[in-house]
Amino acid sequence: MASTADNGLKIVIVGGFGVGKTTMVRSVSEIRPLNTEETMTQAGVGVDETTGVEAKSTTTVAFDFGRISLNEQMVLYLFGAPGQERFWFLWDRLFSGTLGAVVLVDPRRIADSWYAIDRLEHHGTPFIVARNNFGDPVHSLDQIRDALTLPEDVPLIDCDVRERESSKNVLIALVDHLYALSHAREKNQ
Amino acid sequence: MTRRSVDSENPDRLYTVTGGRSRTDDTRLDLVALIVAESEPTAGMQSEHVRILRLCQSPVAVVELSAYLELPVSVVRILLSDLLDAGKITARHPRTGARRGTSQAALTGLAEFPELPESELLKQVLVGLKNL
Ligand SMILES: Nc1nc2c(ncn2[C@@H]2O[C@H](COP(=O)(O)OP(=O)(O)OP(=O)(O)O)[C@@H](O)[C@H]2O)c(=O)[nH]1
Ligand SMILES: [Mg+2]
Repeated sequence: MASTADNGLKIVIVGGFGVGKTTMVRSVSEIRPLNTEETMTQAGVGVDETTGVEAKSTTTVAFDFGRISLNEQMVLYLFGAPGQERFWFLWDRLFSGTLGAVVLVDPRRIADSWYAIDRLEHHGTPFIVARNNFGDPVHSLDQIRDALTLPEDVPLIDCDVRERESSKNVLIALVDHLYALSHAREKNQ
Repeated sequence: MTRRSVDSENPDRLYTVTGGRSRTDDTRLDLVALIVAESEPTAGMQSEHVRILRLCQSPVAVVELSAYLELPVSVVRILLSDLLDAGKITARHPRTGARRGTSQAALTGLAEFPELPESELLKQVLVGLKNL
């Protein structure tokens, strides 16, 4: 990273178990993927019967990430976020301040991405959906769009995240989409 | 991934590292805030503080420090708060130019994406990605 780097940016890659999140981070990152963990205290899990005090639980969740230096000032961090529901609190933490998200879909397990999409819509995080290549596709992209009840204006593309060019194109498609949204907003103001 | 989980970490060690504190002002340091050392380690300084100052000769993100130090992000934030308070490091905070929840956006019905950055920044990101 340049010594002049002064602006850290975030993009989150979400999706079900084994869909290729870490593979995508690895294929575009300038460092080998690093991993760490965040611990968070969740309040409101219930009220302790014996003390009457609101119970809290601390959960630890691991995630991995990579880095791309965009220029002398801007550094982009890519986070692979686990898709399971019990990690929702981490998601909210990671999503805050992110530019946008990529939802990776394994075409054999489409339902695994429902929750991720729900969460992103709820959080107001713009995203695109990328179908990862796990063999010749059985469904058309339109059928996938229907299965995900994805609005027309959310881009849906094919990818093979084992390939750097393909992963790069997914990121470009996301930022293109973000640019279009932002540009439209500015014109309307 | 060879990293061991801090779940298996001796809790006493984490307690010692943070001086028993478990909370900090989380909002002050984003995961991707870039940390830069502003002074050399001094004698008697806590070893984690020394390591941070050495690692941050040039900018390093909070989340990267957490990975290198093999400590949870929340623990690293506490260590960094100490160093910030002592003026030993500075933090370069992320800037996206996002206009969080402006009433203007609400009026135009575009409050859908409250954190969407300004297009100028996104253009720079695009150029950077295409040049990879
Ligand atoms: N056929 C095929 N396999 C892939 C592709 N991307 C990843 N894989 C393989 O799928 C497996 C899981 O990939 P990961 O990148 O570890 O998936 P992940 O989403 O990080 O998984 P978890 O973190 O465990 O949820 C690995 O064996 C990858 O090599 C792809 O595009 N096509
Ligand atoms: Mg993974």
